[in-house]
Amino acid sequence: MEYKDYYKIMGVDRDAAQDEIKRAYRKLARKYHPDVSKEPDAEARFKEVAEAYAVLKDTERRAAYDQLGRNWKEGQDFRPSQDQGAGFEFSGAGFGDDASAYSDFFESLFGRGFGAQQGFRQARPQPRAQARGEDRHARVLIDLEDAYSGATRTITLQSPQVDENNRVTSKSRTLNVKIPKGVKSGQHIRLSGQGSPGFGDGKAGDLYLEIDFRPHPLFRVEGQDVFLDLPVTPWEAALGATVKVPTPAGTVDLSIPKGTRAGRKLRLKGRGIPGKTPGDLYVAPVITLPPADTESAIALYEKMASEMPYNPRSKLGV
Amino acid sequence: MRNETLTGTLIDDRIELTITEICYACSCSTEWVIELVDEGVLEPVAGERDDLRFAGTSLRRARAARRLQQDLGLNLPGVALALQMMDEMEALRVELERLAGRRQP
Repeated sequence: MEYKDYYKIMGVDRDAAQDEIKRAYRKLARKYHPDVSKEPDAEARFKEVAEAYAVLKDTERRAAYDQLGRNWKEGQDFRPSQDQGAGFEFSGAGFGDDASAYSDFFESLFGRGFGAQQGFRQARPQPRAQARGEDRHARVLIDLEDAYSGATRTITLQSPQVDENNRVTSKSRTLNVKIPKGVKSGQHIRLSGQGSPGFGDGKAGDLYLEIDFRPHPLFRVEGQDVFLDLPVTPWEAALGATVKVPTPAGTVDLSIPKGTRAGRKLRLKGRGIPGKTPGDLYVAPVITLPPADTESAIALYEKMASEMPYNPRSKLGV
Repeated sequence: MRNETLTGTLIDDRIELTITEICYACSCSTEWVIELVDEGVLEPVAGERDDLRFAGTSLRRARAARRLQQDLGLNLPGVALALQMMDEMEALRVELERLAGRRQP
């Protein structure tokens, strides 16, 4: 496994004071928080920073980490020795929600048990020794086409489990889940009873899957409406034509009206994401010029130049 | 379980979530959700205080508020401001993509 240089990740010196570490974390967290940042690697960077902070903010964990010595380099192959990793004991509860995503390096030092969720916080206190299990969350990436037709996705989840010695370990489980037609980015699918098991006679929690679309090479999605830029020739735009247009549900014929100008949008009603009120598909014709790279093409452009008096700059007064 | 295909409930605007369901899904207290309502982050569709009900799409907002508060150490007015600015940025990003798309040859 690779050694993690938590000080380097946080951009602080090894002798940084605790409040300096907190300031560095807050700054990096604001920069890379997946809810805030649109950087493609924001989530990975945020997890790295959260892991580094989880170690350095806690004086016991920081001391244990510092005991490894200062000669390790970020990314260097790291093998814990016999007396490392197993013997540390820490006070306090576990971390936040995503602790199960911490690195192998972290787990070798502090154990997997720290990946467990914090104790269940109930909405209302319950007098009996039973409680509903926690809800769990996972994010699922689907293609836009899946929202048109529905799909089945296989999802592997890491769930904390309590073993017979009352130790918390991580166990992976695989679920096949139906993604319903008409789902939109940001919506959740709730799978009742698929969250953490309950305590005592308590019910199991629910599993929520948050749906996100993979970026599509052709289509842009806003809510339930879908947008496509459609290249057309100058003569198709000027004279009108019927052209083939891709949609997430297959190819359709679209009539380009005579005299179509750049910036105009053609609406294909109900061809957006399906639903009780389906979205629309908006097609924006983009007029593209054929290259003047053959003698006949050059001749045609020259003919237009001489026979079509047209000043595109007339509104500029020149 | 491996071969069984599970069908869930799509949490869209037609689904109403109770305050308790939001609490379970966000691992938070009812008081915290009520504070979100008081701060204008969440708008209930029906009910009073402990019996509030929300449109299904509120879940995403409540979860984002929870994450922002826990990960960035924000107070609730800060969370409200961050969410509002994120909404504005998202609208600008959509507009930018639209304009960038229009400029392409």
